[in-house]
Amino acid sequence: MHGFANPARFLRNARWLMPLCLGVGLGVAGLALIWGVMLAPAERLQGETVRIMYLHVPAAWLGMAGWMGIAGASLAELVWRHPLAAIAARACALPGTVFTAVCLLTGSLWGRPAWGTWWVWDGRLTSMLVLLFLYFGWIALSQASDSSAGAGENRAPAIFGLVGAVNVPIIHYSVIWWNSQHQPPSITLGKSAMSGDFLVPLLAAMLGFTLIFAGVVLARMRAILADQQAEARLRRKAFSQVEF
Amino acid sequence: MREAMDPWTFVVASYAIGVGATLGMVVWSLISMRRAESRRDRARKP
Repeated sequence: MHGFANPARFLRNARWLMPLCLGVGLGVAGLALIWGVMLAPAERLQGETVRIMYLHVPAAWLGMAGWMGIAGASLAELVWRHPLAAIAARACALPGTVFTAVCLLTGSLWGRPAWGTWWVWDGRLTSMLVLLFLYFGWIALSQASDSSAGAGENRAPAIFGLVGAVNVPIIHYSVIWWNSQHQPPSITLGKSAMSGDFLVPLLAAMLGFTLIFAGVVLARMRAILADQQAEARLRRKAFSQVEF
Repeated sequence: MREAMDPWTFVVASYAIGVGATLGMVVWSLISMRRAESRRDRARKP
């Protein structure tokens, strides 16, 4: 893993990987959404509103994946002192927050015609809202920390990232543990309760949005690295101009 | 009496929010990356 710790090597790979992820991701997600809106059938009970699923499910998956990215990077920062880990965690926070907010908003828009209400305080919806607040707290904490400090010097965001990961399995199992308006998972590892007419465009949308997420994380990492390098150079210049 | 709702209103609103937020995030990330990298390149100059 430390082979990828060198920022110069990371930048070399990110330069071609980021546009590839964004280009393919935008293409696949765009086609999947067009498929979902124009070609996929309406559902027997929910009718046309089932088309919200092609945005809502990828957003929910990436909201949770974003926090697992923060937790994984936090572990790498605390245990292995990986130099890019704190930067990767900071880069995951923005897309994770955006997709969690999209999941909540599209879920509310789906809930109104399906359940007759915009919001219910059940396990799934409440734990997803808690995830959004965890993202806000993590971003505030990481910005309050000194960004110029090296890996391992500001451990508070990393510890918060690991502790907050306990919410992810709560979100996932909330529909199994507690009575919920929300339906139980339709797709589990290796099997699906969903017809192929719905499943194929849904999986394509999940792939496309996941690639967009990866592209945004790489772009954010390049931006954070460039900011840190510019800060370091300007500081060195300022020190060299000081007369003792 | 049951309230009549047009399902497409909710579908279109969801897609406007989801697609708008995703594209906005991609554009903002690219702009901030370009800005940071040009700032670094300016700082490199003697």
